[in-house]
Amino acid sequence: MLSALRFAKSIPTVTVARTAHRAYSAAAASEALRKTVLYNYHIENGAKMVPYAGWSMPVLYSNLSVGASHNWTRTNASVFDVSHMLATRVTGKDRVKFFESLTVADIENLPVGSSTLSVFTNEDGGIIDDTIICKHEDSLYVVSNAGCADKDLAHIRAHLKEFQNKGGDADLKIIDDHALIALQGPKAAAVLESLVEKDLRDFPFMDGRFMTIKGIDCHVARSGYTGEDGFEISVPNNDAVEFTKLLLASPDVELAGLGARDSLRLEAGLCLYGHELDETITPVEAGLTWTIGKRRRAEGGFLGASKIQDQLKNGVSKRRIGLVVQGAPARENAPIYANGELVGKVTSGCPSPSTKKNVAMGYVKNGLHKSGTELEVEVRGRKQKAIVTKLPFVPAGYHKV
Amino acid sequence: MSLATFSTRLFPTMRSQAMARFATPSSSFARFYGTKKYTEEHEWIDIDNGIATIGITDHAQGSLGEIVYVQSADLKDVEKGDTIGSVESVKAASDIYAPVSGKVIEVNEDVAANPSLLNDNPEGEGWLCKIQLSSDADVSNLLSEEAYKKLVEAQH
Repeated sequence: MLSALRFAKSIPTVTVARTAHRAYSAAAASEALRKTVLYNYHIENGAKMVPYAGWSMPVLYSNLSVGASHNWTRTNASVFDVSHMLATRVTGKDRVKFFESLTVADIENLPVGSSTLSVFTNEDGGIIDDTIICKHEDSLYVVSNAGCADKDLAHIRAHLKEFQNKGGDADLKIIDDHALIALQGPKAAAVLESLVEKDLRDFPFMDGRFMTIKGIDCHVARSGYTGEDGFEISVPNNDAVEFTKLLLASPDVELAGLGARDSLRLEAGLCLYGHELDETITPVEAGLTWTIGKRRRAEGGFLGASKIQDQLKNGVSKRRIGLVVQGAPARENAPIYANGELVGKVTSGCPSPSTKKNVAMGYVKNGLHKSGTELEVEVRGRKQKAIVTKLPFVPAGYHKV
Repeated sequence: MSLATFSTRLFPTMRSQAMARFATPSSSFARFYGTKKYTEEHEWIDIDNGIATIGITDHAQGSLGEIVYVQSADLKDVEKGDTIGSVESVKAASDIYAPVSGKVIEVNEDVAANPSLLNDNPEGEGWLCKIQLSSDADVSNLLSEEAYKKLVEAQH
């Protein structure tokens, strides 16, 4: 068994035992893995570390299984170390113009202090990476995927040079002197409020603020990747362990790893780069049209704009969908059929701890994407019924002001 | 041809334990292999009177973590190495491979209904299925407990 140890024929995501967590590994095992400043803290707290995007990251902790950690996050609050993610600061008086040339976001009309999900596009309208852009008075604070860090930086720098050569005023700085710690769950706000001794009800989801928490200067973004209310807090490296301990001092907070993070984001219908998103998929196909500002749709001015504008006008051939699968859980790459015809494939799937159903996301031909459409998914040679289901699979708990 | 295989062929659609009991010679019959053996795929196999009970090892369940879904084997002839179901955690699926050739004559319905049995008692109540060995079943490369322990240690 433990095909885990013997890569299964039909299930590429198989893990376990020694080869375990290969699903999480983007880097070759021979490469030295990078460690976040919380590495020792993770080990001390019983973390099982796995290679992920070139980093050694906790997948779970000894006190909670992935399912239990998932459920804890949905009912209380969890702390995730997301310091592996690429954080950058974009400065210069033409920074908005520069970043709008690379992404689909309407940064011009984004209020100062607010942020948006966006995507870096390529010439074909495909997605180089997804990213969160937060607009501050004097700069843009940008967070993107660790697994895409190298190519993102190469892409941004190449275009930056061109932009500067044409007289544009913009610059890019990697923020590597801060750790990024996510506090997620319905009790996250109460936990943070007790530390800052301040009411955070007027702090809208997707806003970012500079705050001093127990004497530590932090950047706090009310956002996350779980479908719950929560915060992603940028903390100076030297204070990161101390800060994490402050959060964990609350009985409502537990540590959580990549395992729970993946099932939480999947239930929340959130895309994971390399699964739902890649360079062949456009934001329109991915159901991320809402990230393209109205002005940007009309004006274009980003890479691949003509392709994306054409899709907005004439439609797309494939679409991202949610599926509830009967029988065995469908995992990445499971083929999707409609009346016996191959119409797409699953990009992520797991047994959902919150709904107790087998959930998945994937792409199917346009026209088969409507909720309630009956499809079939093949798992280990067996075709199983799968129903197209509206995303997210669980109601979002994002804070509304 | 043993009595067991003969009976199975007579009643190919009969399932489960009743069949196995019917087909198995009385308890006075010598146990061919009394001790549990292991495979490199982290399965255990306990052969008694030509019937192999199969499950995953305690090490395997520990590596998989919380098991939330078990896909049972079909009751049919299998070749050694065939996929005969899977066990799955939230994060991953692992195929189960037939460690011997024969016919799946019974599956543990309890683990399908309650997959946590596989975490709680993988080498007892959490057994997965029973395979009636084919007459030419090859059991020579199964590992002793000692050999399996060494394998697990070597993988750490």
